[in-house]
Amino acid sequence: MIQLFLRDVGLSVRSGGGFGLALIFFLIVVTLIPFALGPDQSALAVIAPGVLWLGALLACLLSLDRIFGLDFEDGTLDLLATSPLPLEAVYVAKASAHWLTTGLPLSLAAPVLGVLLNLDYETGKILCLSLLLGTPALSLIGAFGASLTLGVKRGGLLLSLLVLPLYVPSLIFGSQAVRLVGQGLEFDVALILLSAISLGAAAILPFASGAALRINLR
Amino acid sequence: MLQVSNLSVARGGMTLLCGVVFSLSAGQVLVLRGANGLGKTTLLRCISRLQDSVEGQIIAPETVAYSGHADGLKGQMTVLENLVFWASIYHGPSPNVALDAYNLHRLADRPAANLSAGQKRRLGLARLQVSGCALWVMDEPTVSLDVHNVALFRAALNQHVQSGGAAVITTHIDLEHASARVLDLTRFKARGVASSSAFEEALE
Repeated sequence: MIQLFLRDVGLSVRSGGGFGLALIFFLIVVTLIPFALGPDQSALAVIAPGVLWLGALLACLLSLDRIFGLDFEDGTLDLLATSPLPLEAVYVAKASAHWLTTGLPLSLAAPVLGVLLNLDYETGKILCLSLLLGTPALSLIGAFGASLTLGVKRGGLLLSLLVLPLYVPSLIFGSQAVRLVGQGLEFDVALILLSAISLGAAAILPFASGAALRINLR
Repeated sequence: MLQVSNLSVARGGMTLLCGVVFSLSAGQVLVLRGANGLGKTTLLRCISRLQDSVEGQIIAPETVAYSGHADGLKGQMTVLENLVFWASIYHGPSPNVALDAYNLHRLADRPAANLSAGQKRRLGLARLQVSGCALWVMDEPTVSLDVHNVALFRAALNQHVQSGGAAVITTHIDLEHASARVLDLTRFKARGVASSSAFEEALE
């Protein structure tokens, strides 16, 4: 399982792997916001938490169909399914690799990009923390969606439609935590609920995804 | 090692083969034959547990080394990296033996994307050796191999069988393998299956 994780991380940083794609997309979306809304700094600071969370979420969507799609096309997934490795472990390895190459860089970049939206340092720290706690759920739910739409020709759009509604709770609690910091209020509960979504996804989705993969490989 | 009794397999909701019976013990090779679309691949996928059978029983080892139409290689990884990865997934033997068997040493550091179709297939077959599985389930393994490389494959297969392994193979060529039994699947063809060629359909 660790070998599969390392292989996926390795493949995504090599040429054609798509590492950095999400990060650059995030950068562009966040830079476009001030152009669209005008240079009013106080207005930008108000919407910054929501924009940054939404940007990270959309950037995360970009690479979801690659999680299983590439391995499905070249037959690797068939071979993994017949190997001693259970498909649940394949899912965990792939979702973790996706998080390491997408969720983690996005979380670390968000406070830096927050500067563009007039986000102050303290709020930026909590933004980073909320993304670190929340993006695992995005990768886990996304990989589950990818295993459901496996084998659907050009299933990228279908995947987005399936996954985006499931991202809503993470988005609500994540951006709320950052907003509360900005207003000087307690934000613990939002962060705890955000972590709960990630942990819940990690507990349940491997089995759901394993079953979905098994059905789609038939 | 492998026992199949009264097996029916279906693809896309249509039963292709029914009442399939055969058994295979260690040291044997079974060659499955039949026309295109008869259900050979579906049968092999059932044996490898990639697919459920409609009825009947399959007694097979916990893990089998399956080789399908696609080789499952990563183009960005080198030949050696591909083999090392699969060896670690299966906890199998070191890739050196497999590189020897298919004469891949010279290509070991080439990215798999740069290989020719025949070289890719050799690498795909070398993967079976690093799996360390006793039962090889192979779907047309000799596709895109030249005469010389078919001989390499035959030698590797011999070696596997002599060390107590077994293999189920579908192929359209004559493997000329001493311990190979040939099973024609045509007699297990399910009634009512649409014929495979438009020409036959026209005759009926």
